[in-house]
Amino acid sequence: MKTLFKTTVAASAIALSASVALAEEKVVVYHWFEYIPQELLTKFTSETGIEVVMDTYDSNEAMLASLKAGGIGTYDVSVPGDYMVKIMANEGLLGTIAEGELVNKRNIEAQWLDVDFDPGRKHSIPYQWGSTAFAVNRDVFQGDINTTDILFNPPAELSGKVNMLDSQGEVLAMASLHLGIPQCSTDRDQLRALDAMLQEAKTYWASFNSDTAKEVLVSGDAAAGMIYNGFSAKAREEGANVEYAYPKQGYIAWMDNVVLLKDAPNRDNALKFMDFLLDPENVAALTNWTQYSAGVEGVAPLLGEALRTLPEANPPAEAGPATFIEVCDAQTQAIYDKIWTNVKK
Amino acid sequence: MAAGATRGGGVTTDTYKEARTWLLMPAWLVLLVLSLAPVSMILIYSFLTKEFRGGVIWDFSLAAYDQFFFDRGLFGDEAPSIEWTYITIFWRSIWQAGAATLLSLIIGFPTAYFIATRPEKVRPIWVFLVTIPYWVNLLIRTVSMKFLLRDQGPLNDFLMSTGLIDSPIHIVNTNFAVQLGLFYSYLPFMVLPIYASVERYNFSLSEAAADLYATKWVALRRILLPAIKPGVIAGCILVFVPSLGSFLAPDLLGGAKNFMIGSLIEEQFKGNAGNWPFGAAASMILLTMVLIILLIFARQQAKAEKREG
Repeated sequence: MKTLFKTTVAASAIALSASVALAEEKVVVYHWFEYIPQELLTKFTSETGIEVVMDTYDSNEAMLASLKAGGIGTYDVSVPGDYMVKIMANEGLLGTIAEGELVNKRNIEAQWLDVDFDPGRKHSIPYQWGSTAFAVNRDVFQGDINTTDILFNPPAELSGKVNMLDSQGEVLAMASLHLGIPQCSTDRDQLRALDAMLQEAKTYWASFNSDTAKEVLVSGDAAAGMIYNGFSAKAREEGANVEYAYPKQGYIAWMDNVVLLKDAPNRDNALKFMDFLLDPENVAALTNWTQYSAGVEGVAPLLGEALRTLPEANPPAEAGPATFIEVCDAQTQAIYDKIWTNVKK
Repeated sequence: MAAGATRGGGVTTDTYKEARTWLLMPAWLVLLVLSLAPVSMILIYSFLTKEFRGGVIWDFSLAAYDQFFFDRGLFGDEAPSIEWTYITIFWRSIWQAGAATLLSLIIGFPTAYFIATRPEKVRPIWVFLVTIPYWVNLLIRTVSMKFLLRDQGPLNDFLMSTGLIDSPIHIVNTNFAVQLGLFYSYLPFMVLPIYASVERYNFSLSEAAADLYATKWVALRRILLPAIKPGVIAGCILVFVPSLGSFLAPDLLGGAKNFMIGSLIEEQFKGNAGNWPFGAAASMILLTMVLIILLIFARQQAKAEKREG
C-alpha cells in the first residue's frame, strides 16, 4: 500500500512538472476563425516544441474590443487587418520588434515592407492579402460587371438581389469609390451626396451578410454580392457560376498582418511563430489553403497551378486602382458612423 | 443537522438561526455578483464619455442619452430635434417580438391544451417531443430554417410541385421570416408554462359550466382562461423578452437590412462605431422598458387576485 502511495505521488509530481514545462513552451494566438490550417500549427509545434493556444474572433472590431477589455497581457500575437494595425498602434496595443529579431524579415516583399499602416514593419509582418470587390452570378446577368454600378445602381436583373457585406468600413469605402470622393472626406456636399446615394442604393439590396457572403451566392439567395476575393473563388468551386469583378472605379485592397502584442507573455515564442510564418514553404502551404495572396518572396513557385491563374488573385491590367481602407480621425468618423446608422435604421 | 436531531424534536427554522447569514451567502453572492454588479456597471458606463474606437473615459457625460433622444443633423451642429432613428429601431423590435409572441400563443396554447388533456402516462412523451428540437444549437436551427424557406428551398419546391403557386413565395429576408424564426426559437417557452397551468386545472369546472348551459366558447373564455392566466402571462413574457433582444433571427432570416435593438447594441461594441457608452445607454433603456412591462403585468395580476379574494 505504501509503495502504491509513493508511486502515485511520484507519478503526479512528474505529470505536474511535465504540464508546467509544457505551459512554459507555448504561444497564445488570437486569430480569425478558420484562417490557419491545422497542419501548419502541428508543423510549428513539431519543429519548435512550442504549443499553439488559439482563440478566435470574427471581426477586427471584435478583436479590438476584446483586447481593450482586458485581453492585453494574455495574448502574444493577433492578426489585424491593415487599418486595424494602425488603430492598434495608435492605441499603444502593439509591442515593438527590434531590428534583427526576426531572421526571416528579409523575405518580406519590398512593396509590403514600408506600408502606410506600419512604416518599416516595426510591429507586424504580412500574413495574407487580397481584395474586396463583388461577384456576379453570370446565369442571371451577362452584361459588363466591372463597374460599381452593379452594387449601387444595379441593372434590372440584379435589382433586389444584391448582398452587401455587413461591415461599415468596406461598404462606405466602396461607396466612396463609386462617387469618386476621398474616404475620410470632410466636404459636407460630398458627405451629403454619400448619405443620399446609400439611401437610394439600399432599396436595391436584399441583405447584409458577411459570414455567409459566399453561401448566399452559392444558394442563389443573392445574384450579386460584395465579397472578399477568396470567398468568390470558393463560391465558384462550390458550383456557383460567379465572376469576380474588378470595377474601373477601383476596388478595396486588404492585408492581414501578424502583430506582436504589447506585454506578450511569451514574447520569444511569438517571434519564433512570426519567423515561422515568414518562411516561404510555410507561407505557400498557408496560401494554397486560403487561396489569397502572400506578401513573402519565394512563395510563387510553390503555389498550386490553379491559384497562379485564379482570376480572383490576378487583377487584369485594365482594373481600377486597389485602395486600402483609411483611418479617419474621431470627428470625421462620427459623421461616417451616422451615415452607416442611416443606412441600417 | 446533527444538532437538530439530538434535540429529538421537530426540526424548525430556529435550528439554522445562527448559521442563517452564512447559509444565505451563496444566494446573496449570486444575486450581487452575477446580476446587480453587471447591471450597475452598464448603468455607470452609460453615463461615461466615449473613447474613440471603443472603451470609456471616466468623465461624467449625458452624450449617450442625448444621442438616443436628440437629432443634431448629419454634422452634429444643427438645433436639436427629436431623434426618430432609435425610437424606430426600438419600435420595430417591439413589434417583431410582439408578433412572434402572438404567433407562439396561437400555436402554443392549443398544443399545451392538447398535451395536458392526454392520458397522464403519455404526457411526458408529448412534452419530450416538444423539447427535442431545442437540444440543437439555436444558430443551426436558424440557418436550417433559412434553408427550408429560401426561394429555391424545399418549402417553395413543394408548393410549386402541388401547383398551389407558380413562382416561389419570397420569405427569406422579410419581416415575416424574422417573426417565424423568433416564434420557432422560443415556442417551448410558451408551451411549457401553459401546459403546467392547464395540467393543474380542474376540468370538472368546465363540465359544471357546460351543465349550466355555457357554450364551449364561454366556458373557455370565462372559466378556463382566467384559471390558467398566470401560465399564459408567464409564457408570453418568456417569449417576448428574449425576442426583443435577439439578433440571430433578424440577421440571418431578415437579412440584417435594418437594425433591431440587439444588433444596434452589438454594433456599438463590435462595429466600427465602438461607442460603448451609447451601447450601455441603449441597454439601460431596453432594461427599463422590459421592467415597466413586467411591472404592469405584476400589478394587473395583483389587482385580479384582490378582486377574486
